[in-house]
Amino acid sequence: MKRVFALTIVAAAAAFAATAASAQTLNTIKSRGVLHCGANGTLAGFGLPDAQGAWTGLDVDFCRALAAAIFNDPTKIKFVPLTAKDRFTALQSGDVDVLARNTTWTSSRDTQLGLNFTGVNYYDGQGFMVRKSLKVNSALELNDAAICVQQGTTTELNLADYFRANKMKLKTVTFASANEAVKAYDAGRCDAYTTDASGLYAERLRTVKPDDHIVLPEIISKEPLGPSVRHGDDQWFDIVKWTHFAMVNAEELNITKANVDEMSKSDNPDIKRLLGSEGKHGEALGLTNDWAYRIIKQVGNYGEIFEKNVGQASPLKISRGLNALWTKGGLQYAPPVR
Amino acid sequence: MDATDTMAVEARRATQIAFVRSATQDPLPPPLSQSGAIGWVREHLFSTPLNIALTLVSVGLIAWLVPPLINYMIFDAVWSGEDREACLVTVERPVVGACWAFVRERLAYFTYGFYPIGERWRVDIFFAMLVIGIVWLAWLRAPRRDIGAVYFFVVMPVVSYILLLGWPAIGLYKVETSFWGGLLVTVVVAAVGIVVSLPIGILLALGRRSQMPAVRLFSVIVIEFVRGVPLITVLFMASVMLPLFVPDTWSPDKLLRALVGVALFTSAYMAEVVRAGLQAIPKGQYEGAMAVGLSYWQMMRLIILPQALRITIPNIVNSYIALFKDTTLVFIVGIFDFLRTIEAARIDPKWATPTTSTTGYAFAAVFYFICCYLMSRYARNMEARLATGHKR
Repeated sequence: MKRVFALTIVAAAAAFAATAASAQTLNTIKSRGVLHCGANGTLAGFGLPDAQGAWTGLDVDFCRALAAAIFNDPTKIKFVPLTAKDRFTALQSGDVDVLARNTTWTSSRDTQLGLNFTGVNYYDGQGFMVRKSLKVNSALELNDAAICVQQGTTTELNLADYFRANKMKLKTVTFASANEAVKAYDAGRCDAYTTDASGLYAERLRTVKPDDHIVLPEIISKEPLGPSVRHGDDQWFDIVKWTHFAMVNAEELNITKANVDEMSKSDNPDIKRLLGSEGKHGEALGLTNDWAYRIIKQVGNYGEIFEKNVGQASPLKISRGLNALWTKGGLQYAPPVR
Repeated sequence: MDATDTMAVEARRATQIAFVRSATQDPLPPPLSQSGAIGWVREHLFSTPLNIALTLVSVGLIAWLVPPLINYMIFDAVWSGEDREACLVTVERPVVGACWAFVRERLAYFTYGFYPIGERWRVDIFFAMLVIGIVWLAWLRAPRRDIGAVYFFVVMPVVSYILLLGWPAIGLYKVETSFWGGLLVTVVVAAVGIVVSLPIGILLALGRRSQMPAVRLFSVIVIEFVRGVPLITVLFMASVMLPLFVPDTWSPDKLLRALVGVALFTSAYMAEVVRAGLQAIPKGQYEGAMAVGLSYWQMMRLIILPQALRITIPNIVNSYIALFKDTTLVFIVGIFDFLRTIEAARIDPKWATPTTSTTGYAFAAVFYFICCYLMSRYARNMEARLATGHKR
């Protein structure tokens, strides 16, 4: 009910705010000299400050890529930490230019809230973690298992739906916070713990013996997370959208942060068009033609930022899964630059 | 019987009474069961069956709680290390307590938040100025406390403002408040709340008891309205709704919004605290003051407020302590205060261990306890010093 109310307010406010979202976002950012990026601030792997207070994460690096494309300087950026409640109004009111805060792309957000989702930079979904000693290999074997879950979330609803759809008996043990739920699971109060898969890997590290637990392969809900912008400025929408596509294309063409200079001498027409030595694709966006070169040189391709923040090079060690390139069995696919 | 006989009898009697004490004898010490440690224990801990039961329960609780706590916090704790590996259970170290290595690594972040590393000396100076100011005012025998007051209420706020926010004209580049965080934010919010709320609260309290209907109505509306709304709502409205109704070029700073919200909120509570004190002053004090020809403000300044504020010290400090802890609510507005930085740090997979979260919260608990306890002790001292006429 609270959610519905909040949505209504935000939707009503979106009408007021339409004036704020004029078609001048890029010019505003350029004259301001910094990009305002709405980020999470408390989600491992996506948006989190490190010991020096510097921001890290997949969503954070996405914003850095935007700043690199616009200013040729990934540090010209101000991160605004947002909560789940105030993220949409922050975008509507112009507090932030882009919202990259692990936000699920849903129809109501895309329409009623006046947002445009620019793509999916992480395919998430709800999963289960169980003890290896339970010898369970599939979520379908969890009939009659006690499952720890954080209360009042869509996670709880998805769980009930999944069990009902598969005609299994469900025993949930609910907790007010994720922290408590994991502690209870680790102490043996439940057989399984469920939350979004990206979170499961982070929570697994918090157990006493992380190696004793596995994440089951089933993903029971669709949570496509992506950056979003306001309605009403198609140019800015295109820039944010193509920043993601540039990084995915770069990975597909094997252009990395390290070899981008070498690659710019390549004869491959796809690479030439992406890196700007052929055609005027950057100018068409309102940027310079080497916009993608700047992104890759200063931030990296999609695979690189994935591995660095949530993949094998990070403590989370999340496998690519759905987020692998389409050529490798995943869903990350970018339209061509031409 | 003749005289000599009488004398002989006297002499004989004198030899029978061998000694007459001329000084009082020292009283015997009380029996061992009534004095010393044993006596104290018997009187205070085991005097009645109820007392015996309470004592046993308390000792049991202490024996049950304290040793594991000390073990966890000190003896089993990990004091140094680079990352989570240091705080994991291994074969050599089967029991791991608090992971202080995590707090050590993140201490700078807890203190300064996102403040640019090269500019953190500014924050250090601010903290130093604050400590000097507090000591100057709180230490009764400090020299020139009048200058101290000017320093604390005028010089320091201005200098801190310039120092923390920056002033490009004198070479301090601007550090926006979105970079502030951790202890810095907690201290700034609490200090502004504490310093602003008392004067505004006093004015509102006087206004509420004023004879002038307009002033009274205004004060009543402000107090009742602000007090009737939860602080969370005030902050939430300020952060979420306000930006929608003002042009985005005139969107007040996030921290400023929170500061105004907190200060207004505390002022309303402070007004009621002060009003309670004003009402406790007997009517004779007002009449006496007026009889000697004092004006309203003279009467308040010289006669009424000194007495009223003195008897409300416990309540004022109560409000301050509540305010200090309420500063954590600014996280609603996306500001990383002390507690929020700990929250963010404990999420970091670099330090993800079973004890990291507990350690972070324990550290926060110790910090808030020390601050609140100091405030409370200082208030107790001040009460004792001022309660010259009412002491029991």
